[in-house]
Amino acid sequence: MPAVTGKLAAASLALALIAASASTASAQKKYDTGATDTEIKIGNIMPYSGPASAYGIIGRTEAAYFKKINEEGGINGRKINFVSYDDAYSPPKTVEQARKLVESDEVLLIFNSLGTPPNSAIQKYMNSKKVPQLFVATGATKWNDPQNFPWTMGWQPNYQSETQIYAKYILKEMPNAKIGVLYQNDDYGKDYLKGLKDGLGAKAASMIVLEESYETSEPTIDNHIVKMKATGADVFINITTPKFAAQAIKKISEIGWKPTHFLNNVSASVGSVIKPAGFENSQDIISAAYLKDVSDPQWKDDAGMKAFLEFMTKYFPEGDKLDGGTIVGYGVAQTLVEALKKCGDNLTRENVMKQAASLKDFRTEVLLPGIKINTGANDFAPISSLQLMKFKGEKWDLFGDVISADAGG
Amino acid sequence: MSAAEEVVAEGHQAVEAVPKRAMTLGTGTSLVVLAALLIVPMFVKNFVIFQMTMLLIYGLAVLALNILTGGSGQFSLGQSAFYAVGAYTSAVLMEHANINYALTIPISAVVCFGFGYLFGKPALRLSGVYLALATFALATAMPQLLKLNFLEHWTGGVQGLVVTKPDAPFGLPMSQDTWLYYFTLIVTIAIYIFSVNLLRSRSGRAFMAIRDNEIAASSMGVNVALYKTLAFGVSAGITGVAGSLGAIAVQFVAPDSYTITLAISLFLGMVVGGVGWLPGSFVGAAFIIFVPNMAESISKGLSGAVFGVLLFLVIYLVPHGARQIAILGQQFAGKLKKN
Repeated sequence: MPAVTGKLAAASLALALIAASASTASAQKKYDTGATDTEIKIGNIMPYSGPASAYGIIGRTEAAYFKKINEEGGINGRKINFVSYDDAYSPPKTVEQARKLVESDEVLLIFNSLGTPPNSAIQKYMNSKKVPQLFVATGATKWNDPQNFPWTMGWQPNYQSETQIYAKYILKEMPNAKIGVLYQNDDYGKDYLKGLKDGLGAKAASMIVLEESYETSEPTIDNHIVKMKATGADVFINITTPKFAAQAIKKISEIGWKPTHFLNNVSASVGSVIKPAGFENSQDIISAAYLKDVSDPQWKDDAGMKAFLEFMTKYFPEGDKLDGGTIVGYGVAQTLVEALKKCGDNLTRENVMKQAASLKDFRTEVLLPGIKINTGANDFAPISSLQLMKFKGEKWDLFGDVISADAGG
Repeated sequence: MSAAEEVVAEGHQAVEAVPKRAMTLGTGTSLVVLAALLIVPMFVKNFVIFQMTMLLIYGLAVLALNILTGGSGQFSLGQSAFYAVGAYTSAVLMEHANINYALTIPISAVVCFGFGYLFGKPALRLSGVYLALATFALATAMPQLLKLNFLEHWTGGVQGLVVTKPDAPFGLPMSQDTWLYYFTLIVTIAIYIFSVNLLRSRSGRAFMAIRDNEIAASSMGVNVALYKTLAFGVSAGITGVAGSLGAIAVQFVAPDSYTITLAISLFLGMVVGGVGWLPGSFVGAAFIIFVPNMAESISKGLSGAVFGVLLFLVIYLVPHGARQIAILGQQFAGKLKKN
């Protein structure tokens, strides 16, 4: 029956062709749970209540930014459905909310969940479910670990890179410095300290004359500052949060100590730290930054800053422009939009991670000039450069080149 | 007489005659609830199973507080500390000593019983609001103690510890979540039966005698000091078991998980469920798990305020919590039967 076989062969060939063309058609549009022709569902977890509720403004800024994107037509024609839940900065609640987002709301990814303990609590779960935990809002170094956690990625420069940059500067400019360090006794403070020691390398032991830690429950850190001065240190590395940073700046000037003062980026805000501490007390302090500061007059006519302020007036008028959280939320939301745009019609979780890990020289206009976002298969630290700056008059003067220091987890 | 004692004493006239019925559900109702708890997980998503597991776990913690406050009339705002000790005991044993998760639970119970008993000793001198303050101090201190440098090697400091979730044993064909749910359910039922029997026993009657009138109790020969510390120990032990199960279900322990907010939530759960009524503990647990979510879905910015309003409504309309609703329901059913 050769004729029949021939017919059969032809029929099966035709079938195979149809199947093949159907599969190429679907290859152009591929979706995982949470993405369709009209919508991309994005989950988010923020401490809207509880001890860290001040950071909740980041989530509200992001929601406003996605509203703007939707009004302008969405991402490749798809609207963003932003589902944001409150975890009150309590890790068990974060786990519950993450599971709700992944298993009940069925989001494509969880974006910019905030805080080191909450993110640590869900990291294993997210990676076992293979759902992206993208651009987390914490500066801990451990998020840059693509070998063990290929579904987790940070965003902001990690704390260790920053002190490594200070260490490089100190080794070059003041190789005989006697360093005093004051740090907050938690993961944030200890991460910074580790970066400094790694950066100083073998000389760390001889150069650091005093390491002091304080608890956030202490009403004042004046006694630590007095102790620092007594050791004869001529470099002071100030790893403190805004309230304590302002206290330190004031006290140093009061007791007439004149060290080279390095202030961590966490507390570099002109509006919330320098101004309350007094401009006259803050001259020549050195810090590092990656974002433009809204309260800094030098960006008054900057195009990126203008676009940000315009967005704030139109979409988030009740938000405080001077709050550092709004500019962070704006920048990180822009980065997500860029990664999703690059995904095109292939909105699988795997492709989202792939695109997020292949950003090349991307800039959101709230980053300082010269700082670019670069990621790769082995580099899950999107922003890894900072620029040094010195406080002069009433503003920060950027100096030197943009310095990059990639620290892995 | 403190507020909780008043709550407990009111509507208590009938209790002495039939103490068991006042504390528990009828046999029929219990069986229906048990059947529902057994069957529901087969038809729902893993996420709902996880929530039900958390409901049982918080229910246990509220039950423990109920034995202490509803049973022996002592206040505690420090239950989060016992919960944390239980959670950390399990996490450290599982992750550093590779001990099977099921074995860590009795160990936690013993450790927490000891801890609670010892804490109960000095607390003997305190009563009412002063005891509440002392336990409050314990709850505030606990997260900081867990961060101490010399413990960091075991506790992981502020970073916390990640706990591995157990698989179902004997190759049972169920997901990790389902298995953990049934495991928790078994532990919960065991502890529930233990608690009911405890309160009906000689010790339980001693607890209640102390609650109602300490002087009268001691003149009747009840060893007040012993039974008060014992109540603390038992309560802490059960809370510790809940903490252990919580650590395994959430797969993570960190100091920030066990703040004073947790202690207050548990206290709230007890009041909402009905002080001294054991089944109410689980209703109270449902309240503290689901109502904040409801409040958040009503208004994100004002979730705290909405939660407050809901709580206020509950306290205002049914001051004796779920117990009052159960009694009303019972009376209604009785009327229907007569007709």
